[in-house]
Amino acid sequence: MLGNTDLTRLIFGRLTLDSIPYHEPILIGTFLAVAIGGAAVVGALTYFRLWGYLWKEWFTSVDHKRIGVMYMVLAIVMLLRGFADALMMRTQQALAFNGSQGFLPSHHYDQVFTAHGVIMIFFVAMPLIVGIMNIVVPLQIGARDVAFPFLNNFSFWMTAGGVVLIMASLFIGEFARTGWLAFPPLAEASNSPGVGVDYYIWGLQIAGVGTLLSGVNFLVTIIKMRAPGMTMMRMPVFTWTSLCTNILIVASFPVLTAVLALLSLDRYAGMHFFTNDLGGNSMMYFNLIWIWGHPEVYILILPAFGVFSEVTATFSDKRLFGYTSMVYATVVITILAYLVWLHHFFTMGNGASVNSFFGITTMIISIPTGAKIFNWLFTMYKGRVRFELPIMWTIAFLVTFTLGGMTGVLLAVPPVDFTVHNSLFLVAHFHNVIIGGVLFGMFAAINYWFPKAFGFKLDPFWGKVSFWFWVIGFYFAFMPLYVLGLMGVTRRLRVFHDPSLHIWFIIAAFGAALIACGIGAFLLQIFVSIRKRHELADTTGDPWNGRTLEWATSSPPPHYNFAFTPVVHDLDAYADMKRRGFSRPMEGFKPIHMPKNTGAGVVLAALSTICGFALIWYIWWLAFVSFVALIATAIGHTFNYDRDYHIPADEVAASEKSFADALASRS
Amino acid sequence: MSEAIQSQEIGTPVFFDLDEHEHAPGSSTMLGFWIYLMSDCLIFAVLFATYGVLAGNYAAGPRPDEIFELPLLAVNTAMLLFSSITYGFSMIAMQNRKKEAVLGWLIVTALFGACFVGIELYEFAGLIHEGASPERSGFLSGFFTLVGTHGLHVTFGIIWMITLMVQVYKRGLIEANRRRLMCLSMFWHFLDVIWIGVFTFVYLIRVI
Repeated sequence: MLGNTDLTRLIFGRLTLDSIPYHEPILIGTFLAVAIGGAAVVGALTYFRLWGYLWKEWFTSVDHKRIGVMYMVLAIVMLLRGFADALMMRTQQALAFNGSQGFLPSHHYDQVFTAHGVIMIFFVAMPLIVGIMNIVVPLQIGARDVAFPFLNNFSFWMTAGGVVLIMASLFIGEFARTGWLAFPPLAEASNSPGVGVDYYIWGLQIAGVGTLLSGVNFLVTIIKMRAPGMTMMRMPVFTWTSLCTNILIVASFPVLTAVLALLSLDRYAGMHFFTNDLGGNSMMYFNLIWIWGHPEVYILILPAFGVFSEVTATFSDKRLFGYTSMVYATVVITILAYLVWLHHFFTMGNGASVNSFFGITTMIISIPTGAKIFNWLFTMYKGRVRFELPIMWTIAFLVTFTLGGMTGVLLAVPPVDFTVHNSLFLVAHFHNVIIGGVLFGMFAAINYWFPKAFGFKLDPFWGKVSFWFWVIGFYFAFMPLYVLGLMGVTRRLRVFHDPSLHIWFIIAAFGAALIACGIGAFLLQIFVSIRKRHELADTTGDPWNGRTLEWATSSPPPHYNFAFTPVVHDLDAYADMKRRGFSRPMEGFKPIHMPKNTGAGVVLAALSTICGFALIWYIWWLAFVSFVALIATAIGHTFNYDRDYHIPADEVAASEKSFADALASRS
Repeated sequence: MSEAIQSQEIGTPVFFDLDEHEHAPGSSTMLGFWIYLMSDCLIFAVLFATYGVLAGNYAAGPRPDEIFELPLLAVNTAMLLFSSITYGFSMIAMQNRKKEAVLGWLIVTALFGACFVGIELYEFAGLIHEGASPERSGFLSGFFTLVGTHGLHVTFGIIWMITLMVQVYKRGLIEANRRRLMCLSMFWHFLDVIWIGVFTFVYLIRVI
């Protein structure tokens, strides 16, 4: 018997049948829904014989546009998961009054709030911005792809690998119960002995590799691959903000990698980096994680700022007001991003001088941000604003984000922070800036660039329904949290004893329900748009009278983006081309050199994910085997020298001619 | 500036590059690899900082002057520095298109690297045997992690070097292989720079 147990441990590590949470009705329900839904999708794909198509044209694709679309799909799927967590929390907090315990037991509730934060930041917001950058940046700078197309595919699949681990934690074992940054000593093995924190660590490590590599990729792409004539100060603002975001990624994600590695050494090898005993120092973790964490919020918001800059200029039919100041503001925010991390723990004994320094640097960030807000307002001022969906999201952002920014400045004052830190006021603040900034920005971006990626516009009716539900729902869901925070309610509570607080939680839950309608309307918008794709088709490649180069090619763009590389003479290159009456060259096409698709990225990411799973469950033999396989596959991949091909000139000519015909038939 | 170009070119602006020359594949690899190295450097920065904070936390355990053996370290440092020089010789041979010399110097470099890793493992084994293991104190956790991460990098560098030797042997000094050799060169010298930091900041400063 004992021998048998030893053998089981050797083969399965600490993974046993008890790890499956079959006694939790909510999880089983979710599992059944996911399993049935998944089986339906798999069945449909098999029935319509789409696996080969998906594998050849999408999974192994090194085309930045397709990788971008895959990122967006991943993000939207994970938005549903993260939002389901949010709804559960709102419901729990609205129910757990007057002696009721609500419907979530504490160990489950703690996993829900951790998973919500982790998923929304790492697997919704990050894939959204990386996805948008993938679709837009190479087109905006007149390039044919990113600098390292294979790496781009690999990065996506590593992000997807992280998602797989996080989703697996729902049904096999448990997720962390520590909050989204897994602070020690709570996250140490002594206090969190289960697999939850290990799921967290390996999910983020694997996805983090993807993020870091895509940061390197885009940095090089923007520095080296701009069209001739596009000097730094002629780059579109979205490209500028992407450049700064990728600088931040490259200069902050290694810190996350390192600090999570140190935490795993504590947990796996019994070391003492952040423990309470034997010379550990948990404050090191707080400092390091926030040295990554604060730049991270600018990684998220800067591309959104870029989106708003493109959208306001386009839909006001004029040049962006204060382009130069916009660029400098972006760069200043990039630098200041590294000088404010300590404001996340003013209360943890840093002393008055240190707190003052970081309080002041934090407040200084509002200056470049304020400059940006005024630039957008002045762009719209006396412009002919067309109230399409992207600019509606922009205006909602301007109002909402300004509010969130002001509560941010409030929190930057250390004495104020001492009274509201760790309260729902803080929760309201960061949702205010992340939803009001990043998410509204991404909705603006999706509505703005969707026709470029797919060749038809999104349906405006359901888009407006989604918009109003989202915006109104946001205010209902988060304004009560400001009030509660000021009343002293701390975050992450499961039950409440003061009945006077109840009404605010009910209002917040109502807001969450409105947001659910907003998400539903958004999905419906996509569905309806696909149904009406012929009606909504964009044959011009330029549905919004755009100003930057991505609108100079067809929608969706051909694989090679531009048959001839555009030459840039001015800011807003495409507006300049249109103003001066450019004509598309119709002959003299040359073969175009392009990278080949490869399945290596999928295989490498799958092996990394298996290795991560094995490490989580202490299945050492599997971890070893998959790691060796990972290295061997990586080495094997380097022996493949045949990585590119040429698109023949007549194929280019044919696809350019069909675009020209479509344009001609329209006029 | 933009006005000047506009007025000059008004009438016949060129909006498309009709006579484009193909970019060599991998023309951005050096920059990309350099940026990757800088991000790797940040990982070491974190480890250095963590070691700096924990370096005095002995938890009544072994202290640096009791466990570090400078003579062994001098030999070890010499191994790594020599390996950098021999890698440099290999790169000179690459410039002169001498395949055999490239391979020969790479073998020497890899051997020096292997000696370095071997001596480091010997040192670690000795420390653990004496009871100075990484789970003994914050200081030792920081020490083993910082030095071990560097050693792990050197190990991967050696695996990469062997891979490249096979590739150079099979395909010669083609453009792609020359680019890869350059990348590994940057990686190898980068590890040398990190080691100078480790040697000074971890060993010398604690013993003197």
